Amino acid sequence: MELFGLSQAAWGQIGFASISIVAGIVVCIGYFWGANVVLDKALPSDVTGNEINIHNEHRRSAIRPWLFLFPALLFLGLFLFYPLVMTVINSFMDKNSEAFVGLENWSFVFSQAAFWEAVFNNLMWIIVVPAACTFLGLVIAVMADRIWWGTFAKTLIFLPMAISFVGASVIWKFIYEFQSGETQIGLLNAVVQLFGGDPTSYIDMPFWNNFFLMIILIWIQTGFAMVILSAALRGIPEETIEAATLDGANGFQIFWKIMVPQIMGTVMVVWTTITILVLKVFDIVFTMTDGQWDTQVLANYMFFWLVRGDHDGYSSVVALTIMIAVLPIMIWNIRQASQDKGTG
Amino acid sequence: MGNSTFGRITVHLSVLMLVVIWSLPTVGILVSSFRDKAQISSSGWWTAPFRSSRNARHVPPSLDGQKLIDGKWVIEGRIFPEGSQSIVEGFAATGKKLDSDEKAEIGETALLRKGISVSVQSDGAYRLTSESEITRARDARFVYRANEPPIFTLDNYKRVLTRDGIGQAFLNSAVVTIPATFIPILIAAFAAYALAWMRYPGRALITATIVGLLVVPLQLSLIPLLSLYNDIGNVFGIDAKSYWGIWMAHTGFGLPLAIYLLRNYMAGLPGEIMESARIDGATHFQIFYKIVLPLSLPALASFAIFQFLWVWNDLLVAKVFLGDGETKTVLTSALKDLLGTRGGDWEILATSAFITIVVPLTVFLSLQRYFVRGLLAGSVKGG
Repeated sequence: MELFGLSQAAWGQIGFASISIVAGIVVCIGYFWGANVVLDKALPSDVTGNEINIHNEHRRSAIRPWLFLFPALLFLGLFLFYPLVMTVINSFMDKNSEAFVGLENWSFVFSQAAFWEAVFNNLMWIIVVPAACTFLGLVIAVMADRIWWGTFAKTLIFLPMAISFVGASVIWKFIYEFQSGETQIGLLNAVVQLFGGDPTSYIDMPFWNNFFLMIILIWIQTGFAMVILSAALRGIPEETIEAATLDGANGFQIFWKIMVPQIMGTVMVVWTTITILVLKVFDIVFTMTDGQWDTQVLANYMFFWLVRGDHDGYSSVVALTIMIAVLPIMIWNIRQASQDKGTG
Repeated sequence: MGNSTFGRITVHLSVLMLVVIWSLPTVGILVSSFRDKAQISSSGWWTAPFRSSRNARHVPPSLDGQKLIDGKWVIEGRIFPEGSQSIVEGFAATGKKLDSDEKAEIGETALLRKGISVSVQSDGAYRLTSESEITRARDARFVYRANEPPIFTLDNYKRVLTRDGIGQAFLNSAVVTIPATFIPILIAAFAAYALAWMRYPGRALITATIVGLLVVPLQLSLIPLLSLYNDIGNVFGIDAKSYWGIWMAHTGFGLPLAIYLLRNYMAGLPGEIMESARIDGATHFQIFYKIVLPLSLPALASFAIFQFLWVWNDLLVAKVFLGDGETKTVLTSALKDLLGTRGGDWEILATSAFITIVVPLTVFLSLQRYFVRGLLAGSVKGG
């Protein structure tokens, strides 16, 4: 039976989904509402005797915060804290996390050429992507604030932020497309042809292909850098720029000597935030090359051991490597962001 | 830079160039998704509005019209349907190159196999001639180069939505995303209120811990959670990879940012309102849903957009916790698979990619204000 072009199975699924959505939300609201009612009933205020009333009220206000916090703490504990501890333990356990093997996993992973290839590539990503995004984002933010259609321009630059890494990979794979023969349907090769060059295949070109993958992330993340920096630029006191203009500074001097120093804190937050994202980059490499042709990165290498390699120990070691690399940057980043907002 | 006219024009042109570079990739996919399959692979999408040339092969559909004229067997036919605006630029026997001297020009005659020859007019009318009767249509096949008007079609959409499973994957993505967006908001809102406006020992420590959990990369959680899910699945004899599983996973992963954003926002609300409500005898629960929740709508919206985009666009969590299957594969995963199986079929890939990105793009464009606000408030989360 088909209705509106959807099969019965699809309708069944829509039904299941609707019921589940309602159920999930009802369970949540039911918990919070019910827990409060139970608490008020169990420790009532309207009993005779002022002392009991006050006593009950104290106990209620001691318990209630934990009712509010309980689901969050449960989820955080189960989905973040428990796995964190288990991953550390698993990194010293065998393939199926059953027997203790000491440092064997660590020495095995560290002896793999693919691991070091991933580390090397991740380093290249860290050097190129945050710098490119921050620089382009800053330049666009400054220029767009000076033109009447700046908001429109910024929206278009910002748009790729909404596109999935997989979608972006397909979009860019089309740009990089290579066909043997004269006709090139990939924009990049068509441009190369226009300037008299020979079309080539970019994705399987070792070393340089890394940069073609990086461009995808730069395309996505520049909008993020632009938005944050644009807000920071608006916060610069007009007087400082006016004073510099009066003193005869030109546009570039104002940009580098007056504007950039004042938003340096924000620049660093943007830079580090993108660095953290880069360290975890997975989808783009997984979709475009799956680590072939010398493009391996840590997150994809971890996924390889998790699924195809089927070895929890090795996978945990790679995951912890990512964590160890991210940790110092993240701590610095959170500190910096809190200072910027003055929330401590 | 600068205020000179030259400087202003430079700024306009630079921004214009960047905007064009940034938009072209997406425009390419969008345009291609409406183009004819054959035209996509024979001409660049930027030529879509213009006529394009492509090589094709023709086999006479039947030999029924074969006639004996002046001692020769003749078949007459047309390559293009009546009224077509396509033009033949050249033709040749199969196996010859159409972009070289080997091709025959309009009005000339090309020799095919078994003594059959063909001449083709520019409007696609052709005449096959042979000394002996043509017995097999494939002996009379030939190649030609056609110059066609642009063809725009919705066939690609019809095709991927039904035959390539993208329609089903779209539904799966929606089923994953909607609860995975709302459940964490509800849970985080209560926790954020408790962290911002209730007094109890250990509050500072819990706040610090939650912010600290922002540093845990998603990758770290996958392995133990996958084992846990498998164990639970084995014990209760249920499928370890289920929608409930992925909703809970996304809830867990989204909570630190949600609590962080909402707590900061709620802490900034004026304390006097809550103080006076409490004096009037309102409980925390009442204050929460009557005062704080409505006031926090902008922050809730910010996080909702974040979480929605994050879940809809996610590939890793879906691959690990939901896996594949007709009623499970989400859009990102389906698109990734198509890239593997349909590597060069750009009419399928472009259309699927556009269907994948159209919902987040719409959400993003219509609610951009809240998204930016959330970014500015919570720029610490690294994805």
